[in-house]
Amino acid sequence: MSVVVPTSLADALRAVADDPDAIVLAGGTDLMVEFNEGRRRPSSIVAVHRVPELSTWHHDPVAGTLRIGAGVTYDEIERDPIARWVPALSQAARTVGSPQIRHAATIGGNVGTASPAGDGLPVLAALDAVVELTHERGVRLVPFGDFMVGPKRTVRQPGELITAVTVPVLSGYQGYTKVGVRNAMVIATASVALVVRPGAVAIALGSVGPTIIRCHDAEALVSAHADFEACRVSDDVVHEAAELVRAAARPIDDHRSTAAYRRHAVGVLAARLLRRAFQ
Amino acid sequence: MSAVDAPVGLAGRLGQSAVRPDGVAKTQGTFEFSGDLSADGFLWGATLRSPHPHARIVRIDLSGAWKIDGVQAVITAEDVPGRLTYGLISHDQPVFAHEVVRFVGEPVAAVAADHPDTCRRALEAIVVEYEVLTSLTDPEQAVDGSFPPIHPDGNVIRHQRIVRGDQTIEGPVVVEGTYELGMQDQAFLGLEAALAVPDPGGAGVELHIATQWLHEDRKQLAACLDLPEEQVRLVLGGVGGAFGAREDISLQVHSCLLALRTGRPVRMAYSRHESFLGHVHRHPCRVWMRHHADESGRLLRVEARFVFDGGAYASTSSAVLINGITHAQGPYHCDNATVDGWAVRTNNLPCGAMRGFGVVQACFAHEGQMDKLAAAIGVDPVEIRLRNAMRTGDHLITGQVVESVAPVERLIRELAELPLPTEPVGGHDHDPMRLPGGAGLTADPATIRRGIGWAISIKNLMYSEAFDDYSTARVRLADGVATVKFATAEVGQGFVTLAGQIARSVLGVGDVVLDRIDTHIGSAGSTSASRQTWMSGGAVDGACRLVRERLFEHLAAVHDLEPFQLAIDGSDVIDTVGTLRVSVAEATAGLEFDETFEHHHRPTEDLDEFGQGNCHTAFAFAAHRAVVDVDPELGLVKVVQVATVQDVGRALNPLSVTGQIEGGIAQGVGLAVMEEIILVDGHVRNASFTDYLLPTFLDMPDVVIGLVEEPEPQAPLGAKGVGEPPTVSSTPAVVAAIRDAIGKDLHRVPVRPTDIVFG
Repeated sequence: MSVVVPTSLADALRAVADDPDAIVLAGGTDLMVEFNEGRRRPSSIVAVHRVPELSTWHHDPVAGTLRIGAGVTYDEIERDPIARWVPALSQAARTVGSPQIRHAATIGGNVGTASPAGDGLPVLAALDAVVELTHERGVRLVPFGDFMVGPKRTVRQPGELITAVTVPVLSGYQGYTKVGVRNAMVIATASVALVVRPGAVAIALGSVGPTIIRCHDAEALVSAHADFEACRVSDDVVHEAAELVRAAARPIDDHRSTAAYRRHAVGVLAARLLRRAFQ
Repeated sequence: MSAVDAPVGLAGRLGQSAVRPDGVAKTQGTFEFSGDLSADGFLWGATLRSPHPHARIVRIDLSGAWKIDGVQAVITAEDVPGRLTYGLISHDQPVFAHEVVRFVGEPVAAVAADHPDTCRRALEAIVVEYEVLTSLTDPEQAVDGSFPPIHPDGNVIRHQRIVRGDQTIEGPVVVEGTYELGMQDQAFLGLEAALAVPDPGGAGVELHIATQWLHEDRKQLAACLDLPEEQVRLVLGGVGGAFGAREDISLQVHSCLLALRTGRPVRMAYSRHESFLGHVHRHPCRVWMRHHADESGRLLRVEARFVFDGGAYASTSSAVLINGITHAQGPYHCDNATVDGWAVRTNNLPCGAMRGFGVVQACFAHEGQMDKLAAAIGVDPVEIRLRNAMRTGDHLITGQVVESVAPVERLIRELAELPLPTEPVGGHDHDPMRLPGGAGLTADPATIRRGIGWAISIKNLMYSEAFDDYSTARVRLADGVATVKFATAEVGQGFVTLAGQIARSVLGVGDVVLDRIDTHIGSAGSTSASRQTWMSGGAVDGACRLVRERLFEHLAAVHDLEPFQLAIDGSDVIDTVGTLRVSVAEATAGLEFDETFEHHHRPTEDLDEFGQGNCHTAFAFAAHRAVVDVDPELGLVKVVQVATVQDVGRALNPLSVTGQIEGGIAQGVGLAVMEEIILVDGHVRNASFTDYLLPTFLDMPDVVIGLVEEPEPQAPLGAKGVGEPPTVSSTPAVVAAIRDAIGKDLHRVPVRPTDIVFG
């Protein structure tokens, strides 16, 4: 097995282009588990933790955006100032593993692994985040909703490196909530992100389908009936939205939970987030 | 007085919270655990395991493994020179599967090579052709005889009844329930690891191993290796937790066989995944109970049926069964009983010892029943337990008289006095981390319901059923320094601390040297069954007393006194009726006193066919009260507080006692709300800490502790074992609290979110 440890973005892009089958190691909190359990035996690895360009973020107050480098850790995302700009992403970051894990785990790794249970992903989906894929030949920007196409499957092409995600900095309510069987350090059995923009809401679900699921019917219902000025929404709308969220979920039975529970739980979580947003 | 401000020479005596001798090393990460062992020129060993729960081995082809560079040995059942099987009670488990595999993870072959990766490739290169057989995974099919025997010893490991008193008594109040417990893992942090070093010429072997009982390992190991026991020497490697999972043989025979075969030291170390397959677990169990009581709730008769799933091999299942059924009445007075118990064989993972040893299963059932009884007659959970509380002198359903101190009523009353949490749901600071769901921010405080639950337990101490249980210690006193030798496995419980405390107290010395823990002395018995403080504590105490007698005899002769006049006062020997005062150091200068002592507890008996007999040695009691916050809509639980009062006899090291209680409660909380090995058709679905969940800091409740110290007359130091009781009744207390919060009848642990939401 070969391991390349580039120290600049140019070297990293070259390494990925030279060996399109290489696995990118960006924190290793998923990959090393798979590696140690023998589920994966990559022939070559490009470890990007020493690429300085990847571990920076840039806030553009004019555009109202935050560009987060793929190598930024969840420990940093959990804290200010990023926590102030994207509170839901900070909440999601807090649910990732233990403090040790969060010090190693990166948002780029989370996006690249593209697990339906990835904690940051429902928030990125609800924020309409844009994934930046960089190739030696150039950069392409992919909306998160188009990026993940299946469990651990994305549109990233050989030779491309995830270099950043860009999210809007918004003033309305946003929240992330997640159910696991333990009160911390647990894989999501179901999770929901809610983002409120003027006149519209976005709801995204994790761990209840092959990809992150946006609940367009529930979003349309709430967007149509919530009073965004007074910050009010009726109980009936909340109930109906919760039902639409449940209907949108496509959960499975596995050793972590049942499909019935997951479907039930996303409805409860969505209703609670809506009440927190419109109170 | 704390140990810190005690005068020099008095620090670290019995009754004080003496500091662990290995504490600093463990805290700083320099302690050598068995996984850290190595030797010059050592090879790595690895095990090939069955992927099937039940299959016939058609063919094994090792040639692929031999072709790999660096492979030094490849062995199977054909290569076992001695007995082909082992086991703690019956020898029914093969060293390597021969002709048939009976559980997923059963060893089939082992290799030794120059690198772990070479081992991995060698294992992959071994071809085993299996003919998959139908698996027996439902223990009821073993009970009813509907499944053909999966082992020459049959599918019933043991069946035992208890029939006592009037079998015709019914009601007037009758409560009935069926209770289930999932398979819990001991989940010690220090994975199985050993280093086997062969003697030149292969005449013997020295095994450094993390284990619970060096001499029992040696006995089984020597038989399989076909070596005299003297040629098999065991040394305790640093043990990172045990909880019962290290009582059985795991990698002992494999590592020694590989070392003897290659003539080189062999190191084996399991991964977490392999550890789940490589050791026994707590028995999943189904318990049916029917309690008959009078109108005031006093128990008239207990009926019960237990089915313990022993998995593929017997291990200690027969003893676990006896512990379970003989504790069916709980810590309550009851004259009449009808109990039927089965421990059976299936193609599930083998089960054996785990903290609580069968009594956890019984207690979860009888405490559920006591709450049902309280509800049936309209009293609270405290009152029903007070009305039935066992006392010293009561009979068990085995006919045995409880001679131990049995302060059940006092435990309950003192527990009721301990403060309940004063903070509201979520705490005064509305910290979401204190709510059910914790970091997931799921909870809205207004929807949370709080519940309180009670549970009381009785737990036998030491071994039962006519086993001659003993422990050995040797103490040498020279130049004011005591050197203590024993084979007691230190698994984290703190016997190494206690041994020093005993020596300092009895001999008045300041310096105590602990010799290496190995088989160069008689057996200490197992570090299990809450027995080492009593048994090895008794042995060290006995040896120290013999040494002290010799010292007093010597001084009496020198000073023309009677030995009985002399006593230890602080760090001096004094004449209690005269003026002599001489420090122990001075009195022993240039002298050496060396004594060995074996402590045996009094004999116990086998049970007869009606389950009658004095089968147990002694008993300890504990009471738990749990406070939980539950999110009923999502089925999430936060255990807020567990308060406990425990019958400890005498707290020889209060800090150690606290540690045992807190740790035991953590394990009990784990079983209550999250810990379970999930098996589907004999296959493990969650053999990792990603999916086998243990409580974290956020899941661990505040623990409030009260101790009842009524010295136990039978115990050499007055102290009862304290390790198991915290685990036994904390689980049912938590479940009772969840029932109280949501008003639903939960009858299975761990309680899953789905049980709360849809149950």
